[in-house]
Amino acid sequence: MSVILVFLLVVAGFSFWWLSRHRLMSKPWLEHGVHTALPETDVAGMPTAKIALGIFLAVVGSLFALFSSAYFMRMEYADWQAPPLPNVLWVNTVVLVLASVALQCAVHAAREGRLDMTRLALAAGGLATFVFLAGQLVAWQELSAGGHFMNVNAANSFFYLLTGMHGLHILGGLVGLGRVAAMAWSEEQVTERLGLGVDLCAMYWHFLLFVWLGLFVLLAGWAGDLIAICRQLLT
Amino acid sequence: MVDATPHAEQGVPPAEVPELELYHPKSWWTTYVFSQDAKVIAIQYSGTAIAIGLVALVLSWLMRLQLGFPGTFDFITPEAYYQFMTMHGMIMVIYLLTALFLGGFGNYLIPLMVGARDMVFPYVNMLSYWIYLLAVLVLVVSFFAPGGPTGAGWTLYPPQAILSGTPGGQSAGIILMLVSLILFIIGFTMGGLNYVVTVIQGRTRGMTLMRMPLTVWGIFTATVMALLAFPALFVACVMMLFDRLLGTSFFMPALVEMGQQLSYGGGSPILFQHLFWFFGHPEVYIVALPAFGIVSDLISTHARKNIFGYRMMVWAIVIIGALSFIVWAHHMYVSGMHPWFGFFFATTTLIIAVPTAIKVYNWVLTLWRGDIHLTVPMLFALAFIVTFVNGGLTGLFLGNVVVDVPLSDTMFVVAHFHMVMGVAPILVVFGALYHWYPKITGRMLNEGMGQFHFWVTFIGAYAIFFPMHYVGLVGVPRRYPELGDAAFVTDSVHTLNAFITVAALIVGFAQMVFLFNLLWSLRYGREAGGNPWRATSLEWQTPTTPPPHGNWGDERPVVYRWAYDYSVPGAQQDFIAQNDPGPQRAGVRPA
Repeated sequence: MSVILVFLLVVAGFSFWWLSRHRLMSKPWLEHGVHTALPETDVAGMPTAKIALGIFLAVVGSLFALFSSAYFMRMEYADWQAPPLPNVLWVNTVVLVLASVALQCAVHAAREGRLDMTRLALAAGGLATFVFLAGQLVAWQELSAGGHFMNVNAANSFFYLLTGMHGLHILGGLVGLGRVAAMAWSEEQVTERLGLGVDLCAMYWHFLLFVWLGLFVLLAGWAGDLIAICRQLLT
Repeated sequence: MVDATPHAEQGVPPAEVPELELYHPKSWWTTYVFSQDAKVIAIQYSGTAIAIGLVALVLSWLMRLQLGFPGTFDFITPEAYYQFMTMHGMIMVIYLLTALFLGGFGNYLIPLMVGARDMVFPYVNMLSYWIYLLAVLVLVVSFFAPGGPTGAGWTLYPPQAILSGTPGGQSAGIILMLVSLILFIIGFTMGGLNYVVTVIQGRTRGMTLMRMPLTVWGIFTATVMALLAFPALFVACVMMLFDRLLGTSFFMPALVEMGQQLSYGGGSPILFQHLFWFFGHPEVYIVALPAFGIVSDLISTHARKNIFGYRMMVWAIVIIGALSFIVWAHHMYVSGMHPWFGFFFATTTLIIAVPTAIKVYNWVLTLWRGDIHLTVPMLFALAFIVTFVNGGLTGLFLGNVVVDVPLSDTMFVVAHFHMVMGVAPILVVFGALYHWYPKITGRMLNEGMGQFHFWVTFIGAYAIFFPMHYVGLVGVPRRYPELGDAAFVTDSVHTLNAFITVAALIVGFAQMVFLFNLLWSLRYGREAGGNPWRATSLEWQTPTTPPPHGNWGDERPVVYRWAYDYSVPGAQQDFIAQNDPGPQRAGVRPA
């Protein structure tokens, strides 16, 4: 359960940092008058939707941290037999990085008000994401063609489960991206809302890229090596 | 005395967060059924939770009938008993308490108490309820599925949960259970995001975090915990669903069942237990923290005194929330673990008692020399303190490995957790309903029926669960539908079991009086007015009662003080509302 505990430590650290900026030491029983609800030090301008997405990503992070914890614990058992890593995963990783880069371009373009560039970047990001999903399906096919079915070994089960769960989250993101794209192609002038929407998409994509890199390390079996190195460093 | 408010004289600073654009319902359907108003959603959540809770109540009667009078009722077979037990536990913990505290009270109270017009994402909030309802319906369907609901125990431990020997294990029961839980978690996440973000972003001017009523603090912290802990249950459910449906071996070891080798192999049941309790222990506090918060407000209001140690109360809530994530394995002492782990988890378990004890002391000190009004909500709040201390103390016993190991599989544990997370939070639910019913409906609940309901429930709950401790200490195992003729089961145990059953039936029927009161008072209750308890927090200061969609009329309230200015010396009334700009302060005598 170490992965989830480290993750929660980060979340707790952030929460306590946030709380510490909200005058937790104040003595409300001695106060009277109108305070600003948020102290001057706070990022008061942060849009509500962004905060909500941040919290949602913490939930998603918790979910994948728990899956990884389970992976590590199950790995210890004698029957563990990791499937070979399909080569197409390398391509997929590059494609997902490209999707993230494209959406980051969209963020910049939207900030500068260049609608054409925003549209192009959004389309490129969406396309790359679809390619990534297709690539993941190819990886599944490759594995099952090699006889590495889901129920043969727990390592295989984890491969399908983790990539599937990640893919589902990407699909959910594509729904959001579709709505933002509809906004970008609509006739109305909605620069501000479009900018926010693009921001949110980029944030989500970066996070899922980060999750994917973690999963990739896990599925490629490097995580065990990493832990071994860490242990050596510690002892 | 420092005036911490530099802007106090320069008028009101502008709101940081722009006004929410409210959705305006156009038809009856969007006003009352597919409503996006948090208050309507709250009532929908509460109604659904109470309805399914009644099912769980009936199931507990059936279990008690079997335990009190074994062999009398033919239809309660051992299989049926396990099904009743599983469904009772699951419904009470998740579909009743979690949904009622967070979905019900959270939805109703958060926007009103922080001075918001609604939750920040009303549409997502509405979806949250409908997915919750779907989860409940899937659960109900499992009662009628072939093979019946799952009988795996509310912890659903594999491998037995998905084997043919367990009711529902190889039929639809366990599948429906897991699907229902997954749906519940998805729905809850939608609602939970709303509650958290509304507290962060929706507060009105002047409502700093440290001016929020403790109810909001409790629900807020519990929601953050639930958002982080429910994924563990989600992971466990998905993986078990894979084991059951796709033949994977996440949790399933190699097994021989009825002389046949199953296709599973190598899996780890302990892995499930870790995941389950990583959710399961925070869950205890997900239910308890809102109760803590609500009780603080009830006690302060009905004792006409400011809450003792407000800051400490807030910190304790947050610290309990954080600590509750590192105690989960104390539910697994009997599963076997490295002695150092046992030591670690016993220590953290005992440490968590410190902030909890601080809270209890502060409640008692709030009562100390207060102007205590023994109204029905106050009675329930007082009963909560006693019951929580009671259940908490046995928790200290069970937190130690050496005490837990012999007691773990006895009725002592059943007595412990029912006291601490069954009876105690439910008492708060009742107290809160009596307290806020006038705001929700505009009418008071009937006092006589309320007193009757309280005394029967309170004394009855002790009649049920107090003897259970003794039964457990004798060594009577839990989870057994029938005790048989074992030598250590004395006659007094059988007598006590029959007594407990009679008490359970009586307490159950007293709840019917409460339900009748809820309906009767809707029509015939005394008119309450806007603020019948003369309370300070914002929900009592709405221009109209019950508050309409949007809560506040033209202008949102502005907050000038904390929520506990009761009996302020020199003030005209014995309470000063949070949005009262008057100059008096608690604890300061006017010159």
